[in-house]
Amino acid sequence: MNKLTLWFHKLGSPEYFYRFAGRWAPWAGWSFALLTVIGLYLGMFKAPPDYQQGESYRIIFIHVPSAWMSMFIYVAMSAAGFVGLVWRIKVAEIMAMASAPIGAAFTLVTLVTGAFWGKPMWGAYWVWDARLTSELILLFIYLGIIGLYQAIEDRRTAARAASLLALVGLVNIPIIHFSVEWWTTLHQGSTVNLMGESSMHPSMLWPLLIMAVATKLYYVMNVLQRARNMILELESNKSWAKTVLQPAEASR
Amino acid sequence: MQGHSLATAAFALLSRDLRLAFRRRGEALSPILFLLMVATLFPLGLSPDPEQLAAIAPGVIWVAALLSSLLALNQMFHADLRDGTLEQLIISPWPLPVMALVKVLAHWIISGLPLTVVAPVLGLGYGLDGATVKIMFWSLLLGTPTLSFIGAIGVALSVGLHRGGMFLALLVLPLFVPVLIFATAGISASAEGFAVGSHLYLLGALLALAVSTAPFAIAAGLRISIS
Amino acid sequence: MNWSEFWNMGGYGFYVWFSYGTFFLVLGLGLIMPMLKRRSLETELREQWAVTKRRKRES
Repeated sequence: MNKLTLWFHKLGSPEYFYRFAGRWAPWAGWSFALLTVIGLYLGMFKAPPDYQQGESYRIIFIHVPSAWMSMFIYVAMSAAGFVGLVWRIKVAEIMAMASAPIGAAFTLVTLVTGAFWGKPMWGAYWVWDARLTSELILLFIYLGIIGLYQAIEDRRTAARAASLLALVGLVNIPIIHFSVEWWTTLHQGSTVNLMGESSMHPSMLWPLLIMAVATKLYYVMNVLQRARNMILELESNKSWAKTVLQPAEASR
Repeated sequence: MQGHSLATAAFALLSRDLRLAFRRRGEALSPILFLLMVATLFPLGLSPDPEQLAAIAPGVIWVAALLSSLLALNQMFHADLRDGTLEQLIISPWPLPVMALVKVLAHWIISGLPLTVVAPVLGLGYGLDGATVKIMFWSLLLGTPTLSFIGAIGVALSVGLHRGGMFLALLVLPLFVPVLIFATAGISASAEGFAVGSHLYLLGALLALAVSTAPFAIAAGLRISIS
Repeated sequence: MNWSEFWNMGGYGFYVWFSYGTFFLVLGLGLIMPMLKRRSLETELREQWAVTKRRKRES
């Protein structure tokens, strides 16, 4: 077996994954903090005001990365859920279920920041725009997945059921997005285009990209942190869990 | 099992479900009554103005139909879970997706088909013209089976839960959105005198997708829930 | 550039800072909740193990 596949198989072991996550979560967390400071410094102080939207466009540096994350995490969650369903890997199930709340959080942030960007730009906190509406439905789907996971007693059954729901949602999300887009073109004229036709100036693009990477690092940190808790809970009767939590007693 | 083909098994399951539903007619009729009630409440709550009613009719009737089919979904697997039929289906030699397909079909005949027949009549009450009512019929005929298929996935996943009702709504309502949009847009387009072909084709495409993929998801969901 | 001008954001201060506030509040909560959970889990598991250990010794 080559090194990479071997490492992958090792990651499937809860104990190895627990240690791996514990090692890397702080790194991801601190890089997130550093990149956020750099990105927001560039975005708030270095980037010039937009010639149409003035200073209000600065919401973009958190709104757009959050929107990307809301979709990125959904795909990541479904992929982990698929692996968990097909190969019955405990760690994959846990990764999928640890992702769901983070994805829901980013979706919520996207909606709220979008509303607070929309108010000065469109004159209303909420308009039934295609992107807003499909983002709202995405939030509902996330909540459904989390709700199903919480509602089922047995943790592994719950994870498998919720993963299946996530996969069903994955098939449906493009259809929902398409239908909603179609619906808005039927019912109203084109709304204000947030990004504008012109390509972004590098002084605005760089902070945006840095924040996009930063939010991904936040996800990595957060998902590992949550997965560690879930693994510990699931494996609390295994000897390795005792070794991890009370090294002195276990050696006795 | 000798001499029994898959078709016989499927037909036996279908006729069993239909006979059971026929014996509990009152229960099977409640979604229809629900639809009628909701459709009656809207004119009372808004206004009896025919023009206004015609404008909201597609949305109101479709949302009412959607909610009533959600109501009917609750009954889909519950009795089968309680008397052990579901477990028998899972351990039977017949492929579970096919059996799931049959169950959904039976459920649609019991709940979706009456809706398809009754709702257009309501459309007349809302002042829609004949051609539009016909489109409403077609949209329901193509749309309600898709709702049953999507809904069955949600039921399969939540069948063992105690407080399934509200919960099921949270699971499946977001997935109902495309059907609702295409159907109501088609009816509105017909009322305004536009071509409706594309709307109905899209509904048909959704149905084709649901028929071909949902049974596998339902089967997988049942296997997860009943273990 | 002075600071009051910065906080004012060309008249859009409320919208911009409310958005950023939400962003950091939600992400911060997402960070703190698993930490609290971890702590309660640790004490819970330690107690649980202590109980089983005592039972073993008694029997």
